[in-house]
Amino acid sequence: MDAQITLHVDGVERQLTLDTRTTILDALREHLGVISPKKGCDHGQCGACTVLLDGRRAKSCLALAVAHDGAEITTAEGLAEDGDLHPIQQSFIEHDGFQCGYCTPGQIVSAVGMLEEVRYGWPSHVTEDLNVEEIVLDDEEIRERMSGNLCRCAAYANIVPAIREVLER
Amino acid sequence: MRPYSYVRAEDVDGAVATLAEAPNAAFLAGGTNLVDLMKLEVLTPDVLVDVRRLTSDQVEDLDDGGLRIGAAVPNSVLAADRKVRTRYPALSQALLAGASGQLRNLATTGGNLLQHTRCVYWQDTTTPCNKREPGSGCSAIEGHNKNHAILGASEHCVATHPSDMAVAMAAFDAYVNVRGPDGERRIPIEVLHRLPGDTPQRDTTLEHGELITSVDLPPVDFFSNSKYRKVREQASYAFALVSVAAALDIEDGVIRDARIALGGVAHKPWRATKAEEALRNEPVTEANFRAAADIEMEDAEPLGGNAFKVPLARNVIVRTLMELSEEGR
Repeated sequence: MDAQITLHVDGVERQLTLDTRTTILDALREHLGVISPKKGCDHGQCGACTVLLDGRRAKSCLALAVAHDGAEITTAEGLAEDGDLHPIQQSFIEHDGFQCGYCTPGQIVSAVGMLEEVRYGWPSHVTEDLNVEEIVLDDEEIRERMSGNLCRCAAYANIVPAIREVLER
Repeated sequence: MRPYSYVRAEDVDGAVATLAEAPNAAFLAGGTNLVDLMKLEVLTPDVLVDVRRLTSDQVEDLDDGGLRIGAAVPNSVLAADRKVRTRYPALSQALLAGASGQLRNLATTGGNLLQHTRCVYWQDTTTPCNKREPGSGCSAIEGHNKNHAILGASEHCVATHPSDMAVAMAAFDAYVNVRGPDGERRIPIEVLHRLPGDTPQRDTTLEHGELITSVDLPPVDFFSNSKYRKVREQASYAFALVSVAAALDIEDGVIRDARIALGGVAHKPWRATKAEEALRNEPVTEANFRAAADIEMEDAEPLGGNAFKVPLARNVIVRTLMELSEEGR
C-alpha cells in the first residue's frame, strides 16, 4: 500500500509517495537523499539514526513515515545556520569526539535534543533529587542521557567533554 | 516486513470498530516495539490502525485526588511530570530506568503496558515458541534462560514481562481504562497482564479490538514514599534482571502499610502480596524485611540459568525497603 505524505526536512517541505512500510530513516536516506542519519542496527538499539522529530530526539528507524505525516524533522545536516556549525558540531571537532564517524550525526542530534530536555528540567536515572528545579549536567548525567547512542570506536571519552564544554560556554 | 494497510481512524470508536472487523489487525501508537517486531516478522498484522493521536496525551488530576494518564502520553513526558515526581516517584524512576531518551520520547503509556517479552526465542522465528506458535514447544526451558521467569511460569512458557513502568503501576494499584466494541471497561492492572498457564500466546486479558485509553493512579498519601530499584547487566539501557517498586507507610517505627511489585521475574509485573501482608503492623527492622522477602520467594522455581534471581530479588526487596524506611520516618 502506498501513501502520499509531507515531511518538513531541515526546513524544506518535501512531498513523497511511499510504501506504508517505509520508516522515516528510509524515507530520508532512500527517497530524499538525506543521508546524515545512519542505518546501524535498524532495530532502535544503536542511535545512529537519531533525528529531532517535532523537536524531540527520536530513533527514525522505528518511526513509520506514514504515521508522521506533516512532521518537522531535523537531521545533523540541518543544525548549521548560515554556514556556521552548531556549537555541538564545533565542539565534537575540537574534542575529536569521533573516530570512524558513523555514529556521529546521531550522537550530535541526540546531544542537541538532550540539552533541550535538560533545559526543560527533565530528570534522568542518575538525577539524585527527582524534584530538583535545575539539572546539573555532570559527566555521569551526560553518560546516562546519551546511553541510547552507541559508538563502536568507543570515542565516549571525547564525546562527554565535547558535550560538557558546550554547556559551560 | 509483510505488506499491510495503514488506517488512521477519526476517533477512538472508529479505531475500535476498524480493528474489531479485522481479525489480524493491530493498533499502532509509538511503534518502538511493534515496528521492530514487524521487521523481524514475529508480528505480521495485515492492517495497522494508528491511534497515537486519538487518545489523550495529558496527565490530569482526578476529582478523588488521583491522576489520570492519557494513553498517548510519551514515557519521557510522564517521567518528567511534576505531579508524578512528587506523588508517585517510583513511577518516574521506573520510566527513567527503561530504554533510552530517544525511545522514551516515542513510546507511549498504553504501548508500554502492551509491549512484548524480550525472550530471545520469541523474537527468533526459526526456533520453537509456544507464545508465537502454540504447541511448538518452549525453547527457553532447556535453553538460555538467564533472563526468564522464576515465579508463576508454566511448562509452556517462562517468558518475563519487560516493562519497568508497569511494575510501578502494579505497586500503585493502577486502573487501566479500556474502550472496546462493547463499550468501556476499567481493569485493575493486576488483572490486565496474565500468567502464561496453557495459553502463553495471550499476554493480557484484553479482547481483540479493546484499546487502552488511559491509566488511573489512586490517591494514596504514602505513595510519595516510594522507590524503584532496577538491577541490570549494564549501567544504562538494558532490561531488568530483577527490579522492585515499593512504597512504605510508617508510623512510630511500625509499618502501617506496604506495596511491593517485582519486575523481571514473571510473565507479568509480580505483586508481592505475601510480603506486603507479612509486613503490616510489624516494626521496621531489617530482619522483618528479610523475613517478608523470604516468604515471597518461597514459591520461586528457578530454571537452569537463573537461580541467581532468587537471592537477588530477596536482596533488592530488603535494600529498597531499608532505604524507604530511612527516608520515610
